[in-house]
Amino acid sequence: MRDSRKLLSAPFLFWAALFIIIPLCMVFYYGLTDKTGAFTLDNVLAIASPEHRKAFWEAIKLSVVSTVICLLLAYPLAMILAGMKGNHDSFIILIFILPMWMNFLLRTLAWQTLLEKTGVINSILAVLHLPALKIINTPAAIVLGMVYNFLPFMVLPIYNVLVKIDSNLISAAKDLGANGAQTFLRVTLPLSTAGVISGITMVFVPALTTFVISQLLGGSKILLIGNIIEQEFTQTNNWHLGSGLSIVLMLFIILNMVLSVVTDKDGEVNAL
Amino acid sequence: MEEEKEEMKKSLVLLLCGALTAGMLSGCGSDPAAGNNSGDNAKNDKVYVYNWGEYIEPETLKMFEEETGITVVYDEFETNEIMYPKVEAGASAYDVVCPSDYMIEKMIQNDLLQEIDWDKIPNAKKNIGAQYFEQSEGFDPGNKYSVPYCWGTVGILYNKTMVDEPVTSWSILWDEKYADNILMQRSVRDILMIPLKLNGYSANTLNEEELEVAKQALIDQAPLVQAYVIDEVRDKMIGGEAALGVIYSGEAIYTQRENPDLEYVIPEEGSNVWIDSWVIPKNAPSKENAEKFIDFMCRPDIALMNFEYITYSTPNEAARELIEDEEIRNSEIAFPDLSQHPNMEVFNYLGEEGDELYNQIYKEIFSN
Repeated sequence: MRDSRKLLSAPFLFWAALFIIIPLCMVFYYGLTDKTGAFTLDNVLAIASPEHRKAFWEAIKLSVVSTVICLLLAYPLAMILAGMKGNHDSFIILIFILPMWMNFLLRTLAWQTLLEKTGVINSILAVLHLPALKIINTPAAIVLGMVYNFLPFMVLPIYNVLVKIDSNLISAAKDLGANGAQTFLRVTLPLSTAGVISGITMVFVPALTTFVISQLLGGSKILLIGNIIEQEFTQTNNWHLGSGLSIVLMLFIILNMVLSVVTDKDGEVNAL
Repeated sequence: MEEEKEEMKKSLVLLLCGALTAGMLSGCGSDPAAGNNSGDNAKNDKVYVYNWGEYIEPETLKMFEEETGITVVYDEFETNEIMYPKVEAGASAYDVVCPSDYMIEKMIQNDLLQEIDWDKIPNAKKNIGAQYFEQSEGFDPGNKYSVPYCWGTVGILYNKTMVDEPVTSWSILWDEKYADNILMQRSVRDILMIPLKLNGYSANTLNEEELEVAKQALIDQAPLVQAYVIDEVRDKMIGGEAALGVIYSGEAIYTQRENPDLEYVIPEEGSNVWIDSWVIPKNAPSKENAEKFIDFMCRPDIALMNFEYITYSTPNEAARELIEDEEIRNSEIAFPDLSQHPNMEVFNYLGEEGDELYNQIYKEIFSN
């Protein structure tokens, strides 16, 4: 029994070794060595140099803003979706996921076409004699791109925990005299923390590391840490520095995940 | 669009490996040529070509296959810098590669190329203009390693309906009138070349004071720039997104076809003139096939097909004679008389330290 199970996991283990473990080892190897192959921490500590610090800070700023906006949009939406009964809800969710069937890059390029100075939106505004929208190549456009692309990653986990909440709990709260706001704050919200936290992680991490969105919608005017790392690999050909900076990002993301695991446990304890 | 293709590849990797391993792009990318020629000496029916994206008329590859029976395995790269480590690592052995001047110099210095046997490529010396070989001496002394394929200049493309004064100088890119209407190149050498030339310095300078001036100029210019782009400059200028854009001359003819309001100039302070040439790497599986391929590409009819498809200037004089449209054949954009532009400069390889200096300055420009 055990052996056959182990056998079943072999393809995955092979996959994980080839595409996760080995690349990860390579990142650490390059990140912790210099051109001569000697051990060094310089590549990791390079994050403290002014231009890297600035890019890192910009990335954190924009991804935090995007995550907050995603959360504010996604929570009510997930509640509405979870509240719907019958066949409609799966249809609505399908509509929601539908854009994700298209390539992420194509969707971002589509936004470029929409937002450009002579783009679709501004052409319509011009016809209506309304002032033009000047958002392309600004941080706002990057945030828009992040929110648009990562919103489903926030909605789905929250939706998943919300549909699992026993409606009797809500009824009981109301029965005991809680008003709508109290029910939400003291029953629904605590029960959905796990979903919220996993949503935050799933939005924050890709937003923090993106380089495509800032290139396409930000016109490369703002370099995020992802752009710097990409540049080290494709333009500068300094894999050591690129890997070193990636390690910093990794540490940051691991920290984020540890925090979410810790708080997630709390969530479960509360749920019990 | 090669840029998009490249981006798509990247985003695919992103999705697969997760955002963290984005840096591993080259690490986990597989090279078609890699396994194919290992331990197989009898493989004489293939030629592995590594060229810029959208830089050849695909029909010519088919014709080559039909005429010679050699199958072309064709790969594309986006920048010289992406190409170099792949050839250097030798994991993927290519027969023919098409880098630019300064990168060829770097490859020669690092002993990555083999000498060309000109007797095997009779079409090259016969059809390619002598001045292009002379120009190549700057990065390939003695013309030992490279066969010119395309050349061109870097200049300003502007929209006549949006710019009413004559464009003659790089300084117009610093004119506040055109704030948010300027497109710059997102590439180290090209972008630094502009303020260097504007101030009368060499585009290959290693003088830190001169580079500091250039850096400061680009920092000052940043608020006026709409976006830093590579290939998108073409579509954005055609669409009327911006008034002024820095572009390669080869793209200029194409954009003019699409939007007649556009005009291309080489600024009077001088600019970069570049050559992309065919080279044969040391580890090429079949030098013979590589020579056949290069010779085929130097044939006037083939060079003409390529010119008409990609619109980048051909150094192939015989092919130029065959261009039917007189306007194009004598076009100032495609075939400028370089004696009228005295300060044109070919990029040289700056050495490892020089590269690092340039890259550091480039990074500092964007973090201000």
